[in-house]
Amino acid sequence: MKFKGVFSTVIAIAFGVLLLAGYIFPVLSEFQLFILNVAVILAGFAVLVGISNLLIVHTGKIRQKQKGAAYSSILIITMLVTFLLGFLAHFDIPIAKSLFNEAFLTIQLPIETSLMALLVDTLTYASIRLLRRRINPLSVIFLVTAFLILVGTAPWPFLGDVPLLSNLRAWIAQFPAAAGARGILLGVGLGTLTTGLRILFGSDRPYGGNNG
Amino acid sequence: MTDNTLIELIGFVIILISAALVLGLATLRRKSPPAFREIPAYTRLRQAIGRVVEDGTRLHVSLGRGGLITPQSASAMAGLTLLRRLAELTSAGDQPPIVTSGDASLAILSQDTLQTASQASAQGVYDPSAGRLTGLTPFSYAAGAIPAIRDENISTNVLMGNFGVEAALLADAAERDNTFTLAASDNLAAQAVLYASAQEPLIGEELYAAGAYMDAGPVHTASLTVQDILRWLIIAAILLGALFQLVQLLLSAGIQ
Repeated sequence: MKFKGVFSTVIAIAFGVLLLAGYIFPVLSEFQLFILNVAVILAGFAVLVGISNLLIVHTGKIRQKQKGAAYSSILIITMLVTFLLGFLAHFDIPIAKSLFNEAFLTIQLPIETSLMALLVDTLTYASIRLLRRRINPLSVIFLVTAFLILVGTAPWPFLGDVPLLSNLRAWIAQFPAAAGARGILLGVGLGTLTTGLRILFGSDRPYGGNNG
Repeated sequence: MTDNTLIELIGFVIILISAALVLGLATLRRKSPPAFREIPAYTRLRQAIGRVVEDGTRLHVSLGRGGLITPQSASAMAGLTLLRRLAELTSAGDQPPIVTSGDASLAILSQDTLQTASQASAQGVYDPSAGRLTGLTPFSYAAGAIPAIRDENISTNVLMGNFGVEAALLADAAERDNTFTLAASDNLAAQAVLYASAQEPLIGEELYAAGAYMDAGPVHTASLTVQDILRWLIIAAILLGALFQLVQLLLSAGIQ
């Protein structure tokens, strides 16, 4: 293993152990907080690196005249304009501040809301496809449960609340669904624990070096 | 001793025992790896990876948006481990994998993982633009990753990490292109939508088993065995707790 790999592994393991120990030994909690603050600052710098990467990828698309190059041009122009507005807003220039807020409220927010609405269509279509692709008892239970929750939650015109449906919905949510969710979350918790241990042992090294 | 201190202490003891078990089993079982139940999604992933290499198409791995300093980072780490293994397996192919993520630090780590994998293989080609940050909010991330799925000659998609319901948009884009999709998330809502929309969804802890099923090393198989041991301990604790409650109820009813 190269020196860089050994060095980063030692740093990762040492700080991982110290952070873990900070939860148990109060004397280390100040140090734990300091390390976490440093990590937050580094994550902030990582955003700058990530945005530079986004610029490089889309500039490359425009240069190579790839499919969707026009969208890449729009992305780069809007990114630079938003960056400029945000920069000027930082110096309390009123028009920049207002335009910066408007850009979020009138462009980003409606687009994201529309994508959320699109999900309804996507999921309805996916449910139909599920019956075609994977017909088994679990898929049928999944779809029947989703349907019962939907009809138990949705307001019924002229009928109002239908006690049988809303009680059934409540029972499903409180018993089988909650039990299943807890089981899945316990599994996720155990997976998280062992993944953390693998990183502490230096077996998983996403920061470079060979995994083992 | 307060309740919180007691819980922290129990947690620490569980971590220590798990660590000892992982190390012990990894050393003992280096020669005779255990047999795990078959997860069809991983078997089909291996076949899909074979097709990527044969067809000269590309693999797309999406790591979600679990930041490194958030509790969701473990799923992203599991995704990175799988990425490393898949990058090695596809290194004989014509084109390197594409990785998209919704967190900047994750994008940097994905580039590092791709670079390390390419250095480890004889034919590996490293393309710095292959590890991409596509957006910093859930839907901008999905909107940025969809063109990668549709326009870059992708035949296999792996969505592994922390996603929300926006994962359905990614799975739908992959489905429309008739590409193979394996999808896993640590988020319950995402697991539900992926169960409906992805070709090969993974549920719960199956996400963290990726390393063990893709032969990433003895520590991965040992950690999966430890997960099983801990699961049985939890089941026993839940049953004992329920039994204890029942006995208490019966005794109090008998006294009255």
